[in-house]
Amino acid sequence: MQSVKSWVARSAFRPVTLGLVLLLAGTGVGHAQLRLDVTEGVRDAVPIAVVPFGGQAGGGPNDVADIVAGDLRLSGRFAPLDRKDMVARPTSGSEIRFQDWRLLKSDYIVVGRVVTERGVTALAFELFNVQTGEPLLAETVPVPSLNMRAAAHRVADLVFERLTGIPGAFSTRIAYVSVEGTAPSRRYRLLVADADGFNPRAVTESNEPLMSPSWSPDGQELAYVSFETRTSAIYVQRLSTGERRRVSARAGINGAPAFAPDGRRLAVTLSRNGNLDIYILDLGTQALTRVTSDDAIDTEAAWSPDGKSIYFTSDRAGSAQVYRVDLNGAKVAERVTFTNSYNARPRVSPSGTDLAMVTLDRGDYRIAVMDLKSRTLRVLSDGQQDESPSFAPNGATIIYASQSRGSGDLALVSSDGRFQERLRSDSGDVRDPAWSPFPAR
Amino acid sequence: MKFTHVLAVAFLALGLAACTKPKQTKPVDSPPAATTETGGASTSAVDETATAAQPLTAQQRALATLKSKNIVYFDYNSSEIPQQYLAVVSANAAYLVKYPTARLRLEGNTDERGSREYNIGLGERRAQTVRRALMAQGVADGQVTTVSYGEERPAVPGDDEAAYAQNRRVEFVYAQ
Repeated sequence: MQSVKSWVARSAFRPVTLGLVLLLAGTGVGHAQLRLDVTEGVRDAVPIAVVPFGGQAGGGPNDVADIVAGDLRLSGRFAPLDRKDMVARPTSGSEIRFQDWRLLKSDYIVVGRVVTERGVTALAFELFNVQTGEPLLAETVPVPSLNMRAAAHRVADLVFERLTGIPGAFSTRIAYVSVEGTAPSRRYRLLVADADGFNPRAVTESNEPLMSPSWSPDGQELAYVSFETRTSAIYVQRLSTGERRRVSARAGINGAPAFAPDGRRLAVTLSRNGNLDIYILDLGTQALTRVTSDDAIDTEAAWSPDGKSIYFTSDRAGSAQVYRVDLNGAKVAERVTFTNSYNARPRVSPSGTDLAMVTLDRGDYRIAVMDLKSRTLRVLSDGQQDESPSFAPNGATIIYASQSRGSGDLALVSSDGRFQERLRSDSGDVRDPAWSPFPAR
Repeated sequence: MKFTHVLAVAFLALGLAACTKPKQTKPVDSPPAATTETGGASTSAVDETATAAQPLTAQQRALATLKSKNIVYFDYNSSEIPQQYLAVVSANAAYLVKYPTARLRLEGNTDERGSREYNIGLGERRAQTVRRALMAQGVADGQVTTVSYGEERPAVPGDDEAAYAQNRRVEFVYAQ
């Protein structure tokens, strides 16, 4: 069961009609619908025309051009041409009259069609520079198991990469937690949706809190914290089968799991007599290695991409700040943040050059990015209660949770802060987002 | 072992478990400055049934007097027990000392500000502060356990200081 909902989003610069976002398939439970609102556009977004694909009926959730245009808009770097402004519907390069598209001020054009050869369905598409007529890309993307949306996201990935030099992250997923109801009957769900908010599926549900999802590096498993036994425990669950293992249920706190880049270890937070420290748990042997040993709260471990160091939150200096510990060295923690009185929940960019975190910015909790070389901190979000930043695997976008007036939404901001949008939840709060790695190819 | 609040414990003690599910509405006391918590309905329900059943034991009566003393509220980003809640700690300590088989679970909570896992740490720190205060008054180590929910289980919704003040708390939950 799927249904599509259209609406007009409010943009700071021009109204945009968005046909994205949806309800889940699968269980038939109408939970956690996400709706995309562009809240702050980019003035210099590149105009591009994504012409409706031939070989399929337009409209509906499988409209390829609609999905590709939605992805490109979601990146914040492109401004797709409105379909109703298109004067022609070419489906291959030879049919394009470039002067028409120059008049419409599109810099680039994507045309294509659904093709079936010897029983195999695929998307054949081409990308051109409208000014010069130069062909930039011509590819055929197979449609896996008739999953038209997955193939369309792949088209968007390739177009994005050709035009920006950055691999597109539209074929990825986001994990997040939704909460419906109020005390004492709350329902917590851990969900995984496509990166555009489409097709949310419940991974697990509980009447007790679920939190802190972390993706395995191969994108096959999620580690998370569940209070289902009325105390915290860490589980690792395989998404394809639903099979899960309880990997840490020690006395006290079991929290903040973070998969190591090797996929075989988890950084976790454990407590002894109320003192929280970070440990590394070997998932094969269950062996624990202690990383921090301070009287303060040490938690929220994040691995550097090379697996050699861990960034974490500690209030050892009196207030929460971000520290780094070299796992091969003397394990002496080095303080990383000095701007603002509260910095927490670090996440390292995929390139290892930047750190996203929550910072207390003049009384508001906001998402900031620090350049690790210059140590300069840039505040990216403008909410009052923003938290849980997570980088897209291409580093171009950060997803985070934003609470306002007692309700929680997810939000996206480009890593340069120029583009922001919200994924609003129509039912219940959504929070604790974690962006998946790239899918295996 | 099931953990329930004092109110639900009273139900069970009266042999009325069959009429009720353990998931009772939690009684939530308001901090001094705040207002509007319910729980009145379930309180009167207990009183009515209590009169119809056999008399309470001394321990059950002692436990019943603690139901208005089962939450300590904290200041922003603090795990120090405010002066006005020391009496709550003392009353519970006296009960636990007098009844060494009694088991208490301390549930630490925070307001929604700041990051989630850090708040788990802050909630744990609050619960541990209360636990140490109980032990300083003679409560045995094995009688008290702690859990921290951080900001995951707010007592009241809302993003103003009145809501935050009611959410920064340690709840005393007796086991049956």
